[in-house]
Amino acid sequence: MSEIKKTATRDAYGQALVDMGAQDPKLIVLDADLAAATKTGMFKKACPERFFDVGIAECNLMGVAAGLATMGFTVFASSFAMFAAGRAFEQVRNSIGYPHLPVKIGATHAGISVGEDGASHQCCEDIALMRTIPGMTIINPADGPEAYQAVMAAAKLDGPVYLRFGRLAVPHIFGDSYKFELGRAVQLREGGDVTIAATGLMVNEALIAAELLADEGIHARVLNFHTIKPLDGASLSLAAAQTGAIVTAEEHSVIGGFGAAVAEYLSETMPVPVLRVGVEDVFGASGPAAEMLRVYGLDAAHIAAKARQAIALR
Amino acid sequence: MMSLTKQELQKIACNVRLGVIEGVYHAKSGHPGGSLSAADILTYLYFVQMNVDPQNPKMEDRDRFVLSKGHVAPALYAVLAHRGFFGVDQLQTLRKNGSMLQGHPSMKLTPGVDMSTGSLGQGISVAVGMALGAKIAGKSNYTYALLGDGELQEGQVWEAAMFAAAKGLDHLIAVVDNNNLQIDGTVEEVNSPYPIGEKFAAFGWRLIEIDAHDFDQIAEAFTQATGGMGKPTVIVAKSVKGKGVSFMENKAAWHGTAPNTEQYAEAVRELQERLAAIEEGAA
Repeated sequence: MSEIKKTATRDAYGQALVDMGAQDPKLIVLDADLAAATKTGMFKKACPERFFDVGIAECNLMGVAAGLATMGFTVFASSFAMFAAGRAFEQVRNSIGYPHLPVKIGATHAGISVGEDGASHQCCEDIALMRTIPGMTIINPADGPEAYQAVMAAAKLDGPVYLRFGRLAVPHIFGDSYKFELGRAVQLREGGDVTIAATGLMVNEALIAAELLADEGIHARVLNFHTIKPLDGASLSLAAAQTGAIVTAEEHSVIGGFGAAVAEYLSETMPVPVLRVGVEDVFGASGPAAEMLRVYGLDAAHIAAKARQAIALR
Repeated sequence: MMSLTKQELQKIACNVRLGVIEGVYHAKSGHPGGSLSAADILTYLYFVQMNVDPQNPKMEDRDRFVLSKGHVAPALYAVLAHRGFFGVDQLQTLRKNGSMLQGHPSMKLTPGVDMSTGSLGQGISVAVGMALGAKIAGKSNYTYALLGDGELQEGQVWEAAMFAAAKGLDHLIAVVDNNNLQIDGTVEEVNSPYPIGEKFAAFGWRLIEIDAHDFDQIAEAFTQATGGMGKPTVIVAKSVKGKGVSFMENKAAWHGTAPNTEQYAEAVRELQERLAAIEEGAA
């Protein structure tokens, strides 16, 4: 068996910025002293005159990005998810969201898979926070190739976008022929017994879970929700109608995130059992990324278990 | 740049103050104190200093203005109305349902408003971004921001100040409306930002200190401020909160309170008397 290629979505982000920078002279990238980690450093190397480091000042980062956007630039502003969505939430809301400025927030190091840095840096609240801002588009790509295309799509959008990237290298799901379509969930596996709706690095776990379930004769549909807002309600309704039970999977708190968005949507349109896999109402902790994902129940085995429960509730 | 005499500017500023009182009275809420202290500076900016076109509010190379102390929107609206961005009759719709004149400025709704503000400390960062953008694009336009003195308690102001100086943004001019009052009392009582000028200077800014209600000093300050030198400029403008309406002057209570009917009549009478006196002086 050939080795599956792995890339961290943050690396794909950096590469996309470099490639776009070569084409678009109006592209500006900002960072807050994390350029090496967020991978905006790749852009800094390629286009130093259009890269600005504001230093360790995330609130100012968002304001400066907003100001640049009013001047007609395409602006990407980067930091860790914890500081971009957490610390600077109100700046994102008031200086970017309220005037609907086309600032693209490239938030890396999201979720438990930050690993060893521990709870202070493991942001499992960013989707919940960003989701409450009217007009904010939220993209959480599943792998490197999808992340690359998502960055390109975000740049073209006339409005604010929150892009969520991870630190950990994750297996490629998509190949060269993949075509990213903003706001449209991607069906990765057909199935009529239950639907696993996953986002980010949990998409790969969802595919493994579907294999586990198939061994038991359970046919799980797998949907990749790279776009969390606007939510692809049509795909969800169809999945609810055809499979009768939904399991969501995300590397984020079960409170307020993707699973919550799915539950909110379906409870009002087509009520079926919706069980959420995510970080329960707890903080993270230090440890190797792969181990921490398992410790917090963010793996295929846990998704499969929830799928069995969901089917029983049907 | 328009050429106006000092008397003409005083007259406009007086009408702007009347517009503030009009708006806040009809809204039954809003922030008259800081609006009145900022009226002269805003008048000078929009009637003399800034390259703007009321017929083309989004003119690409216009100078930009960010009202970082967004709660004094009534003064900005009155200035924009008198400058011709929209009708003066609109001022009575301030804060009303469906009005383009929101409680705090919205760039999406009001012609002439370059940035939505209201949450203190954020506007100055945006102004820094605008000035940086103009510099990257090789443009010569200026970016102006008006801050409150209480607003300087927000840490973001100093994040922005540090970055602006580090990038040598000499087409950025911040004005501090130093009326010495905030909601809970004098700025020293609450949490002293003094010495304001020295703080900005220590952050690498060029400092100019003036009387916020003296058009000769205002004119001189902006002339100096646009002189380049590789540094952003701060104009610390010593002002009187509630300026022009005697019973509102120097009273923190008038930060965010609307006048009642008698107070409204008294304020209007006072400002109209002042207007007549200016006209007499000019005649």
